[in-house]
Amino acid sequence: MQTVVETKHLKKYFESRGGMLHAVDDVSLKIEKGKTMGIVGESGCGKSTLGRTIIHLQDSTDGQIFLNGEDVTVRKGAQLKKLREKMQIIFQDPYSSLNPRMSVESIIADPLKVQGKLKSKGDIDAEVTRLMKLVGIEERLRTSYPHELDGGRRQRVGIARALALNPEFVVCDEPVSALDVSIQAQVLNLLMDLQQQFGLTLMFITHNLSVVRHISDDICVMYLGQVVESCETDKLFEATLHPYTKALLSAVPSVDLHHPSERILLKGEITSPIDPKPGCRFASRCPYAKDVCEQPQELKEVLPGHYVSCCRCKEINGIS
Amino acid sequence: MKNQEKEFLSVKDLVVEYTSEDTVIHAVNGVSFSLEKGHVLGLVGETGAGKTTIAKSILRVLPDMSARVVGGEIRLESEELLTKPEKEMEKIRGKKISMIFQDPMTALNPTQTIGAQIAEVISTHNKISKAEAQTRAMQMLEMVGIKADRYQDYPFQLSGGMKQRVVIAIALACDPELLLADEPTTALDVTIQAQVLDMIRNLKKEMGTSLILITHDLGVVGEMCDEVAVVYAGQIIESGTKWDIFDHPSHPYTVGLFHALPDISKKTDRLSPIEGLPPDPSALPDGCSFHPRCPYAEDKCRQGEMPTVEVSAGHFCKCCRCGIVNEEV
Repeated sequence: MQTVVETKHLKKYFESRGGMLHAVDDVSLKIEKGKTMGIVGESGCGKSTLGRTIIHLQDSTDGQIFLNGEDVTVRKGAQLKKLREKMQIIFQDPYSSLNPRMSVESIIADPLKVQGKLKSKGDIDAEVTRLMKLVGIEERLRTSYPHELDGGRRQRVGIARALALNPEFVVCDEPVSALDVSIQAQVLNLLMDLQQQFGLTLMFITHNLSVVRHISDDICVMYLGQVVESCETDKLFEATLHPYTKALLSAVPSVDLHHPSERILLKGEITSPIDPKPGCRFASRCPYAKDVCEQPQELKEVLPGHYVSCCRCKEINGIS
Repeated sequence: MKNQEKEFLSVKDLVVEYTSEDTVIHAVNGVSFSLEKGHVLGLVGETGAGKTTIAKSILRVLPDMSARVVGGEIRLESEELLTKPEKEMEKIRGKKISMIFQDPMTALNPTQTIGAQIAEVISTHNKISKAEAQTRAMQMLEMVGIKADRYQDYPFQLSGGMKQRVVIAIALACDPELLLADEPTTALDVTIQAQVLDMIRNLKKEMGTSLILITHDLGVVGEMCDEVAVVYAGQIIESGTKWDIFDHPSHPYTVGLFHALPDISKKTDRLSPIEGLPPDPSALPDGCSFHPRCPYAEDKCRQGEMPTVEVSAGHFCKCCRCGIVNEEV
């Protein structure tokens, strides 16, 4: 297996009024070629910041980022521009991520022009035609503006733009959460088809656990900037080991009326991500929290290929 | 749902239009349903289906300039609401019927403390002193799980989940008999959603409030509702008990919705989306408004009014091919 993207102890802090906001705090992960890594967590857990930092939409505070084994942590100017060809992003909000004053055609052509990959107008037009067809936008919408399109079509334009440069790695930041169920399924199918066709490596950021189960090969569950559990998707849904993941899964309302899930209700509010204390960040809401949880936690391999950051994990789950 | 005595709210043949410039948008096209006291009705459907317009019509808070109730009846305990003078509606709003609006970020006044916003509803509807209203408001805060000492906080000082709980506290401050909850948890994270749903459920149990829950999340419907009405292009295309709809969905749209959902309990290879898009409400297709997307559509679906078929007792489906669809599903 070839690792396309890897992070080592990646950190991204933001200065805020109250102190340092630890948005991404020591995240190490690997994404293999052609696979989809799902990043799950609730708002403010740092999942979007993680994706944006990896593709250099913002500089990292500490740690390293590798693309195909090459250290790309610090990239500026021409080098950064070169890197952008290989790493792209599909944004969450198809309403605010498209320039309202550009037509569909010019939005999709923009990366091609910026990177200077195609010179003649004819070549660019032909490429735009190919991309529009690829993502299923009708040719008649070529000169339409974003406000004339529905959410699903706008998201398709965003996908076409991300794929225009033939990237190896695409961060999908909640690409379907603004869409209705019937349209969501269309876009998810499209993404999976494109991945297969081009061998794309994806990072799929979402708060929707049903979607992540459907699309990802591996999953990282994040809580307040840190990965608390990570393993293959199937393993996670077979045996959930971290107390937070358990609560998160149990909180998803099920459409299966005959097998309602046992709800774990969390009490309390989320701890502040500003200058957090060294111990487990979930402890304030965790039903299993004890004094030992105030010690710093470490992501450990609890079962083969199944990593959990919880000092009481084995005890809670009865693993010897 | 049909027992006249128990009928608490009944909506009959409601038609609502919006006018923008010279186009007429047919938002609600002949909606009828009823709700028993203490029951929870789920209105399910996608963006633009007309769910929020139905709720706003009941509370009579549609925008004056653009919206028009073209026809229909809305009766609360057999009193007609649509023809009530505005002065009387003011007494009903917030007291007998109240609404939880979708977006907690915009539903609160950013320049007023949360306590004052709750106390305002209480003193509007009750002849009590300021101090009493304040005490009641503090109790409401505690009830939704926010410490009373945060009375003087402004909305920006609260998290999204807490803001939504303040909105709920305002809606419940005068013990409404009917609560209209418009996507009350859509803006929230799942663990916070679980807390809020749990709270609404407890309040319903304690106070016997009737509830109309508007949502696009079938999971939330399954968990909260007694009855369900599926709304598409301003019409109820299927209605029945939760069990009817979840175990025997009969309208091709309802069937399609369930198939389009990724299932958390098992890995699926490929989703089955509903092809196409919801129709433009200013140019609805003839016949069944779902026919352009419907895999079962044939000639008779493309014209005229669709019949409403009673699939089983109390389970209604607005589809002329309902029987065939059922056999295949």
